[in-house]
Amino acid sequence: MTDLVSAQGPSTPARTGAPLLEVTDLSVTFPQRGGPDVNAVRGISYQVHKGEFLGIVGESGSGKSVSSLALMGLLPSSARVTGSIRFGGRSLLDLNDRQLSGIRGREISMIFQDPLSALTPVYTVGDQIAEALLLHDSALGKRAAQARAVELLKIVGIPAPERRAKAFPHEFSGGMRQRAMIAMSIANDPQLIIADEPTTALDVTIQAQILEVLEKAKELTGAAVVLITHDLGVVAGHADRIAVMYAGKLVENGTTTEVFAAPHMPYTIGLLRSVPNMQTAGTERLVPLEGRPPSLTALPRGCPFAARCPIAIDVCRETEPGLLVHGLTLPDDLPDDLAAEHVADHVSACHRSDEIASGLLTRADVFPRPAPLAVQHSRARAEAEPVLSVTGLVRHFPLTKGGVFSRQIGTVRAVDGVSFSIQAGQTLGLVGESGCGKSTTILEILEMTRPQAGRILIDGKDVSGLGRAELLRLRKDVQIVFQDPMAALDPRLPIGDIIGEPLTVHGVKPDARQGRVAELLDLVGLDPQMADRYPHEFSGGQRQRIGIARALATNPRLVVLDEPVSALDVSIQAGVINLLEDLKEKLNLSYLFVAHDLAIVRQIADTVAVMYLGRIVEYGPVAEVFARPRHPYTQALISAAPIPDPVIERSRKRVLLEGDLPSPTEQIDGCNFRSRCPLYTLLADADKALCETVDPALRSHGQVETACHHVERNDLAISASLAGREDELAP
Amino acid sequence: MAFYIFRRFVNYFILSAIATCLAYVVASLALDPASKYYGRNPQPSKQTITNILNGLGVNPDVPVLERLWNWIVNLVVHGSLGNTVGGTSVVDQIVSRSGVSLRLLLIGSVIGAIVGVTLGVWGAVRQYKFSDQVVTYGSYLVFATPTFVIGVLLMIGATALNGAAGMQLINFTGEYSAGLSGSWWDLTADRAVHLLLPTVALVLIGAAGYSRYQRSVMLDVLSADYIRTARAKGRSRNAALVRHGVRVALIPMSTFFAYSFGTLVSGSIMLEIVFSFHGMGEFTLNAITQSDINAVAGSTLFLAVLVLFSSTLSEVLYAALDPRVRN
Repeated sequence: MTDLVSAQGPSTPARTGAPLLEVTDLSVTFPQRGGPDVNAVRGISYQVHKGEFLGIVGESGSGKSVSSLALMGLLPSSARVTGSIRFGGRSLLDLNDRQLSGIRGREISMIFQDPLSALTPVYTVGDQIAEALLLHDSALGKRAAQARAVELLKIVGIPAPERRAKAFPHEFSGGMRQRAMIAMSIANDPQLIIADEPTTALDVTIQAQILEVLEKAKELTGAAVVLITHDLGVVAGHADRIAVMYAGKLVENGTTTEVFAAPHMPYTIGLLRSVPNMQTAGTERLVPLEGRPPSLTALPRGCPFAARCPIAIDVCRETEPGLLVHGLTLPDDLPDDLAAEHVADHVSACHRSDEIASGLLTRADVFPRPAPLAVQHSRARAEAEPVLSVTGLVRHFPLTKGGVFSRQIGTVRAVDGVSFSIQAGQTLGLVGESGCGKSTTILEILEMTRPQAGRILIDGKDVSGLGRAELLRLRKDVQIVFQDPMAALDPRLPIGDIIGEPLTVHGVKPDARQGRVAELLDLVGLDPQMADRYPHEFSGGQRQRIGIARALATNPRLVVLDEPVSALDVSIQAGVINLLEDLKEKLNLSYLFVAHDLAIVRQIADTVAVMYLGRIVEYGPVAEVFARPRHPYTQALISAAPIPDPVIERSRKRVLLEGDLPSPTEQIDGCNFRSRCPLYTLLADADKALCETVDPALRSHGQVETACHHVERNDLAISASLAGREDELAP
Repeated sequence: MAFYIFRRFVNYFILSAIATCLAYVVASLALDPASKYYGRNPQPSKQTITNILNGLGVNPDVPVLERLWNWIVNLVVHGSLGNTVGGTSVVDQIVSRSGVSLRLLLIGSVIGAIVGVTLGVWGAVRQYKFSDQVVTYGSYLVFATPTFVIGVLLMIGATALNGAAGMQLINFTGEYSAGLSGSWWDLTADRAVHLLLPTVALVLIGAAGYSRYQRSVMLDVLSADYIRTARAKGRSRNAALVRHGVRVALIPMSTFFAYSFGTLVSGSIMLEIVFSFHGMGEFTLNAITQSDINAVAGSTLFLAVLVLFSSTLSEVLYAALDPRVRN
């Protein structure tokens, strides 16, 4: 990394002249009543130049949001902010609220995470955008502001903007509200847009749309963008520079290309290696980043990452490293301003960064990849009897109106004829956007009652005909791990009781129970001594392990995993996924893995079923479906999922879906994906007629079944496929 | 929208009618209008008493439901609520007295609501600060004090003030100074001064309740993301709190206004008596002490109609404030 020219990515704007935003030694502390202060941000410095796109990456509690709210002056008044923030020549920390109000929304604007609550429910969307305009331009008339608001809604891609401007926020979907937020943020041509996790609450297809709109907004206004996220994939394709935060400190800052290709800080290395990459997923094991960030009220001496760092040495536990340039020897005669520029280029905070930068320590040395599983028997095995077999499952909910004399006004087709099966030792990944019927499907399976239509066979037994005793016995074989480990554990029970509860139900004696609990804790990588502790004493990843232990208590054959890692921080996810893979091999389990993260599905699943509006639209072996997606929806899903690799991200062509998921109450003739199908728009009229009239059934194409009339004519496949670029994969 | 409000109005109308009928039945069963004639000296003849009771339509020998039916028919056909035991028309009494009560109630509840909402918002914004604590303990104090005690305390305060000023600054007995003559302006000013203390008492009672409720609603709203959005847009803190915060926090309050109106009405009855106002409160109380069934039923109807209107008003207010319920 001594070559400064190559360090500049191709799309990186020149970092010349005075920076637009200069944050120096910014600290934010929240004093607590009767307790130690929370040191949320501890002396961070960075710069943003005109038109630059900076991605700030960090886990929850790393201080990334707090530092951005400090820029906006929107922290609660109890917060103590020190250091300096210079924006366009002014020191923002020295301005009062009135002066800051003149800058907020006009020169710096902000987009927030949760679009559902970020708009005031009682004003129309148009009024709220017009408000942003009128606040900063008193000469603008009300009518002109409304007209401009309509224009802005059009720019961010809201259909029928004149009508939509008069709608209230509750009439907008999540994606549309986030578009409206972007419209509001660009209303006054700001110089800096701060986006705080703008896509975290959205589905992956909507996320791709929103990122595209954000990129467009940046182009239109020429504004610099600071994007705060925990998702390395999101920044890989868009950001020029990346700043990594950990425990309130900036630990690495450099161009996107450099940080991804040659990270200097072990935390960054660990993050990059722990995230499953959709391209490589399933071929190798994930690298776990164990432990959890230190508490911000009681920070240890030395480097805050030392406790989790595999290459920590004595000095790491003594002194906290500064943010410095590594692997680069500056000529002594360099003028000060040039030197300063170099210093800002790629910095990291680690005592051993020099060794990493010079190549003495490779990334594999820092975070070695765990050995592959010894037994890979599951992939090849095909037993005659599937553990779970679902045929033509239907669950419709009547939609009623009126209180006393209710009448049915429609039907929600939550699950509308779904079939799949899971062999012993295999994993089926069920993917789809929220509202596609994934959860209803697994609830139907777990409920073990007669479905409205179709059949559910568990171990070859039809659940609809079973008596109470038989059902109880069968329930042992099917267990579930829930999405949110905080909410899924009773906070008033010690974890030993939580894990042992299924055993009580099935009449296991107390002595045997205790032994089994210890065994289970050991199995999921927790100390059996911890059985007396309560859930709040554990971190998110540990709690999910407790949830897994509970699911395994009855020795099940099938475990339903309902988004088991999506509520966890990225660095924790890898450990839990590895554990699940190990357990599957050890105990010969079968998984029904419900997720929206395609990379994780590719990592863990053998077979994948893609759901859309209550139907399975594509079903087949993971490798085949990901390498050659045939259904336009699968293609769109795969292409929307961000890949944490800037080289691939920037060169990818995307299949973008229009609009949102239609309401499941709508009765759609023909193919129900038609309204958003990118392929449909390209078809000749005669072919379109088929989509409009005939509902496509699943047809076999090799090993894969696809519900599309025009698989053979699908040219999108070429651009969406990940095959053919396998050679570009980073080792 | 108009249909929605009309439907709610019909709902409340039916409820008011049922409430009034129940009140008539309960009053008829509980009160014994004949007793006061038996206690007279010389005692009137049995026939005379029966005649009087029949004339009033309150003879206990006639079945209650039949009396109720006659009362309703009389009301619907003739617009009459019968006579009081004193022989005057109940409707006339209500018409002449309601003005006094309504003036007190309307001014008191409107000012009480405004003061309560303001204090609630202020307390929420300054949560746990000294001023918030003062408002909190102040409102608990008002809650814990019976209405008539508040009235009497205010009177004592006013007397002390008058004494200190050496002149009659605040008059608090009756609705106006007897025998005062002058221009319309002088008379109005005189009435306003008399109205001061009972209104203050009513405002205190109303504001104590409203401020507690508004404070908790406002605390929820304060942490809402849209307040932050408004500030990120460039609204100053106070403007964002008022335009986006208070505006949203008022929505649940509009329902609360309707519910708490009943409390205010009972409070105002007490206050009328304490301050010697010849309003509906005094009328109702006298009706009960004189076992006057027609007057009790009439005043119940009057209160029911007040609640009917305040409830409908709060529905209108709710729909006006919250676009989510309009469809």
